[in-house]
Amino acid sequence: MSQAHDASLIMQDGHGDGHGEGHAHEHHPFHQHHFTTMEQQFDASKIGMWLFLATEILLFGGLFVGYGIMQSRHLEAFVAGHHHLDWKLGALNTCFLLISSFTMVMAVWAASNNRNGNKRGVLITNLLLTLGFAGGFMVVKYFEYSHKLHDGLLPGKFFSYTGPDAVPNMFVFFSFYFMMTGLHGFHVLGGMGAITYLIIRSIKGDYSSEYFTPVDLIGLYWHLVDLIWIYLFPLLYLIT
Amino acid sequence: MSTHTDTLDHSGEHTHEHGWKGYLYILLILLLLTVITVGAAQVNFGSSTANVVIAMTIATIKASLVALFFMHLKDDKPINGLIFVSTLLFLAVFLGFCLVDADSRWDTRPATYKGPLDQPALPSLNVDAAAAPAKPAAPAVAPKH
Amino acid sequence: MADVIASPAVHTGDHGHHADYLSDPQHKGIWSWMTTVDHKRLGVMYLWAVLLAFLVGGVFALLVRLELMNPGEDFMTAEQYNQAFTLHGAIMVFLFIIPSIPAALGNFVMPLMLGAKDVAFPRLNLASFWVYVAGAVMAVTSIVVGGVDTGWTFYTPYSTSTGGAVTMMTLSVFVLGFSSIFTGINFIATVHKLRAPGMGWFQLPLFVWGIYATAIIQVLATPVLGITMVLLIMERAFNIGIFDAQIGGDPVLFQHFFWFYSHPAVYIMILPGMAIISEIIPTFSRRTIFGYRLIALSSVAIALIGFLVWGHHMFTSGQSALAASIFSFLTFLVAIPSGIKIFNWIATMYKASISLNTPMLYATSFLLLFGIGGLTGIFLGALSVDIHLHDTYFVVAHFHYVMMGGTVIAFLGGLHYWWPKMFGRMYNETVARIACALVFIGFNMTFLTQFFMGSQGMPRRYYTYLDQFQPLHQFSTFGSWVLGAGLLIAAVNLMGALRGPKNAPDNPWGGTTLEWQTQSPPITHNFAGQPAIEHNPYDYRYFKVPSDAV
Repeated sequence: MSQAHDASLIMQDGHGDGHGEGHAHEHHPFHQHHFTTMEQQFDASKIGMWLFLATEILLFGGLFVGYGIMQSRHLEAFVAGHHHLDWKLGALNTCFLLISSFTMVMAVWAASNNRNGNKRGVLITNLLLTLGFAGGFMVVKYFEYSHKLHDGLLPGKFFSYTGPDAVPNMFVFFSFYFMMTGLHGFHVLGGMGAITYLIIRSIKGDYSSEYFTPVDLIGLYWHLVDLIWIYLFPLLYLIT
Repeated sequence: MSTHTDTLDHSGEHTHEHGWKGYLYILLILLLLTVITVGAAQVNFGSSTANVVIAMTIATIKASLVALFFMHLKDDKPINGLIFVSTLLFLAVFLGFCLVDADSRWDTRPATYKGPLDQPALPSLNVDAAAAPAKPAAPAVAPKH
Repeated sequence: MADVIASPAVHTGDHGHHADYLSDPQHKGIWSWMTTVDHKRLGVMYLWAVLLAFLVGGVFALLVRLELMNPGEDFMTAEQYNQAFTLHGAIMVFLFIIPSIPAALGNFVMPLMLGAKDVAFPRLNLASFWVYVAGAVMAVTSIVVGGVDTGWTFYTPYSTSTGGAVTMMTLSVFVLGFSSIFTGINFIATVHKLRAPGMGWFQLPLFVWGIYATAIIQVLATPVLGITMVLLIMERAFNIGIFDAQIGGDPVLFQHFFWFYSHPAVYIMILPGMAIISEIIPTFSRRTIFGYRLIALSSVAIALIGFLVWGHHMFTSGQSALAASIFSFLTFLVAIPSGIKIFNWIATMYKASISLNTPMLYATSFLLLFGIGGLTGIFLGALSVDIHLHDTYFVVAHFHYVMMGGTVIAFLGGLHYWWPKMFGRMYNETVARIACALVFIGFNMTFLTQFFMGSQGMPRRYYTYLDQFQPLHQFSTFGSWVLGAGLLIAAVNLMGALRGPKNAPDNPWGGTTLEWQTQSPPITHNFAGQPAIEHNPYDYRYFKVPSDAV
């Protein structure tokens, strides 16, 4: 949640307070007083969002680097560990996220082409679909996690698996599995919260071709969540 | 008012130009690549490194498609793409140096270690053994430079 | 429009009926400050917060020096001493130096210099401040609930095995990182999108260039610190096996992670200091800055090359010989852009009509002290030399010359430079000069001696030492008192000015950048109209020194 909250702080929503500076031009209700034009405001928000995404990439990047080093250190344990992951479920989740990315970009398309409410239905439908696929992802994740919990395939000192294929240091693989998918999962949850917020505001009719910044920004965030999973899937589920 | 609305509409127009069908094609390519990457993982390409490289290459193609089309970097202001690319560059620096160091350093515990799980990595953790991994690299290089 | 720039005094007339940001009748009371999105008020709030942190960190520094008056245990046990230097380091780095210039002075001055009404994301700015406060509260909590004795670097394996409040402290660092990231994101977007009409990249004041370069580092490096702290907490709590060698982890990897942030963080600290110096020197030399583009681009160069040198903190840590050699080479490279700046500043001062007001005194101190700090950094970047000097007082003296002699001196210079603008009041110039002299003398007494001790083998982070070091240690401790006295006088002088009348002219130093074109203190929306840019900054052909300048 906190991630999505951070993102929302960059967005320009309804900060139109009474610092009446008397601009020569007409005021859009979501136009902030310190920007000269809506375009300038949109561009600034977009730069802010991309910078935020940069920090997200580097945050996950640390885990990827740790994974890379530890994988080369404990190759056997990592290979043994990944056999306990079901690649079919992983692939299913990949499809869920890819499709949700598509519906998200459709929502952005609808919002940016929404004139006099003619694309509002498309916008809301696509946001709902995105939310649905994200929910599907979390449900699959829930089944995967509970399976690991049942087998004792847990991070660090909680690792208690003693099956015949147990390899020393297998717990390191599951430490990374849970940290990486866990952090990613939190981002999915945060994204779901943000999309819910978009749905509420879309129903209110706040977004149109003149102002769709929040849809655009949360869309970018959601694609990044997808993008990270694109790397997590082969790294965790498919290594040999 | 008219100028900035035009510009915003213009970017909207851009999206419109591709229409939404373009996005559908991208989605189909992405799903196809997912199938390919799963398939490739079942094949042994000679070494685990080769398999990792292939899997990461496919992932990078997928990521590029998402970034260019879904995230609109193809038509966006160059600054946003610059932020994205330089971030990846810095991540590569981080990963690269760590790997260079880790691969060229004496490992305290080889990957082939077969000892029991609850035992410490080093046979005995007396002072000398604990300090041992820290020693060889630095003095070895000092006389050379 | 040329008038706006050429004769700032023109505007003085209109100011009468504009309320300044401090006494705006529309924004009154504590609550209006706590929820403000005005970059000037946030800058001021950040200023009080970092000064408080500086005071706390300074008290720990004086305690550390006092314990070192005599060898053996004076009034602190070894454990207490470890906690004292850890808290000194952690508070000074994370709570004071990193936010000091960007978040306090940068927040206040940068939008003014750009001719903007505010930063790009005012509410993010407010969030940044409160996240900082939350992080600071957590840091203080960790002192109360058990203390931290790892040093500010939290090296594994010690930090994963020691008791105390390491988890709380690292969590606090994680939270403070967000504050820093928010500031960075905000500043980059502001510089890109909120420049006044006509202000191209090479019409930016050099302070803005420095803050911009700093923001790049804040955005690109700080997330890695965040994940490092998370991994450390995980290792402590769940033994995940990444850093703890006993369960197959790699303690050296922690150092890679930590320094991937913390070396660039050194540039987060020094670049804003350099940025201030680049403002003060042309103003008090009454001269166009020499090599504007080189100074501007060298800031970005330092920011980028600064990412490639972190391994020089690890020459004796068991890093591979190959990596150490590469890092040593790259370390020498980063000296080049720093040198470019120093030479350009000196060239600016050459044959100029210099007025030695307090800010300029701090700036000249900076040139000397940062010169020493930077050059000794090159010693330490040399692989073979570092093997001998690593973890000695030589290193301690080196980074204090950079951080205290560089950043803090520049911060003090910046405070004296912009104090009249921020609060509309002049301080006592004579007292300020005396304080500056005491700071300079005290600082050198404290830390020059530590170069000698370090080169003779005095290791850092010990509460006791061999008898032979006692004279130097005592001299260093006396120096810390002089330094403390100087800082105290400067603080009393600046704070005392706040009780006086609003007597500062709009442009007391004859500065050419935009913040001097508005009234002192600035009005709530910064400028009565939209300023426009027609000349490069520091181009004194087009600027008259106002009649009421000091």
